[in-house]
Amino acid sequence: MPELTGVGVSPGTGSGPVRRFVEVSLPSPAQAVPHGDPHLERARALAALEAVAVDLEMRARHATRPEARDVLNAQSMMVRDPGLIGGVSGRAMEGATAAVAIGRSFQIYRDMLAVTGGYLAARVADLNDLRDRAVARLYRLPMPGIPVSDEPFVLVARDLAPADTALLDPAQVLAIVTEQGGPTSHTAILARSLGIPAVVGCPGAASIAEGTIALVDGASGVVRLDPSSSDVERVRRAAASRATAAGAVTGKGMTSDGHPVPLFANIGGPGELAAALTHGAEGVGLYRTELLFLDRAKAPSQEEQRDVYREVLEAFPAGRVVVRVLDAGGDKPLTFLPAPGAEPNPGLGERGLRLLRRYPEILTAQLAALASAARGLPVKLQVMAPMVTDIADAEYFVKACRKAGIANAGIMIEVPAAALRARDLAPAVDFFSIGTNDLIQYACAADREVGALARLLDPWQPAVLDLVGIAGHAAHEAGMACGVCGEAAADPALACVLAGLGATSLSMNAPALPLVRAALAAHTMDECRHAAKTARAAASAAEARAAAREHLHALRDMGL
Amino acid sequence: MIERKVTVESKVGLHARPAALFVQTAAKAPMEITVAKPGGIPVNAKSILSLLALDARRGEQIVISADGEGAEQILDDLAALVAEDA
Repeated sequence: MPELTGVGVSPGTGSGPVRRFVEVSLPSPAQAVPHGDPHLERARALAALEAVAVDLEMRARHATRPEARDVLNAQSMMVRDPGLIGGVSGRAMEGATAAVAIGRSFQIYRDMLAVTGGYLAARVADLNDLRDRAVARLYRLPMPGIPVSDEPFVLVARDLAPADTALLDPAQVLAIVTEQGGPTSHTAILARSLGIPAVVGCPGAASIAEGTIALVDGASGVVRLDPSSSDVERVRRAAASRATAAGAVTGKGMTSDGHPVPLFANIGGPGELAAALTHGAEGVGLYRTELLFLDRAKAPSQEEQRDVYREVLEAFPAGRVVVRVLDAGGDKPLTFLPAPGAEPNPGLGERGLRLLRRYPEILTAQLAALASAARGLPVKLQVMAPMVTDIADAEYFVKACRKAGIANAGIMIEVPAAALRARDLAPAVDFFSIGTNDLIQYACAADREVGALARLLDPWQPAVLDLVGIAGHAAHEAGMACGVCGEAAADPALACVLAGLGATSLSMNAPALPLVRAALAAHTMDECRHAAKTARAAASAAEARAAAREHLHALRDMGL
Repeated sequence: MIERKVTVESKVGLHARPAALFVQTAAKAPMEITVAKPGGIPVNAKSILSLLALDARRGEQIVISADGEGAEQILDDLAALVAEDA
């Protein structure tokens, strides 16, 4: 029974027939042989576009998620766009082949959208996809994209683009396996938020044959092909144990001997509050405020910001909300905050607090909006800055917070320099929050979106555990809180280790909360500390994971 | 020619779902309808691709124009869509 191993990024198991993401290599339009009859070419081109529109409508009708339905409906409108159809007709009547007429007409709109950036850059990918679908139809090739199937399936792909993952239907997709991608890639984050088991960075995945039965374990990263029925049964039982474990423990996060480890949700806006509350979050550990600022000609007004923040703060009257100020720059550029110059390496450029120090009026307005949103509410508001590197950064931010009347000002620990010298930063701030996603990327010098580096982007890398341990220790010495708000906290085993390393709270995507709560409740703080100690003593990520599990005896019974 | 000048209120601008709603509403009307930024080149309000390329963001003004029977009504409907944060 063949077996492949990748990086498990979304816990749970799924087994079923493999359907491969359809990639089609299309002949170059220039090679198309013209029929010589412009009316016929035009009819072929328009029929292909209409067939694509009908297919998208059908997919939209079957989509269970409203977001996916909206995207599919918008795409079918694009293929039926009167301007596009006029262009295709005109070019065909002038003597272009159907394929050339379609290709050139899409090109016009692609060029128009490409110049604007932001949201529209993603639509450029949509247009390429729609063009490929129409051309595939012309040549009677299968349409590229997520396969359609009457029965649920395991989706296997080389990699998935954000545009593809947006259309994933959790009712149809039993599990995802990709050859590329890492734990913090779009695919991984989306799979976790939809609760679909997923394994990424899995060498050999792209060559699994269509229809093969695959058994995917999104926790261990193991993909078994043609599994025996007893294997499927065993893995199903583990999944059932996990579901039981997740449902068995409610209330506040704490270890079995009663050490509180508050569990918070990561959110991007008020829209995600419902999920946070459903999964029993005690508050928000990371409120990413970028969403409010995206795709705007100018920054949102202070009043508009205040109203949105207030909605979030009101959701947790007895809890805590940790807000991260605008984390722009790098791969998230904003129109009204242009980078001051060309940045050959945006990840190491003027992003986060570095950019806010260049545009202090944006920071001042945001802090004022936060302070006024919290006025009169019982919730504990904490505000933190991203990409803090040294004491000057930390002092700058805390001073700005104090001026705005914010009593609780902290910093993200995501730059290795800040982790290593956390003891110098601790006296200047009120709390730390460790952002493991960026900390891993910077500690291992590995871009989060480069799939080939998935091996290095493992949060179990002992170097990363060391940095977390150093920051946790410094916070403890200073008598200060030190949360973890990266994707690492969503892994139940690692969550115990993080608590053992000194994390005083954990924040994650809401659906991950129940299993983390159950894992903590099954172990004593001492067991977490021993697991952390042996993990740090290991020489590799794999050894660290195995060593920690030795001390976390209850995980196996919980199906983890 | 009748015109309506409105400020885009949707968080995402005249993109995504608001753009789709706008085009679907415009497409139901028999007459030609155009959208432009003030002083800019008008584009077909029934073309989602043209509307996206117009790139009207939150806080920006647009001018919607139409002519003929029922123009007042359809322009009011479209202006209302643009002015709400859906």
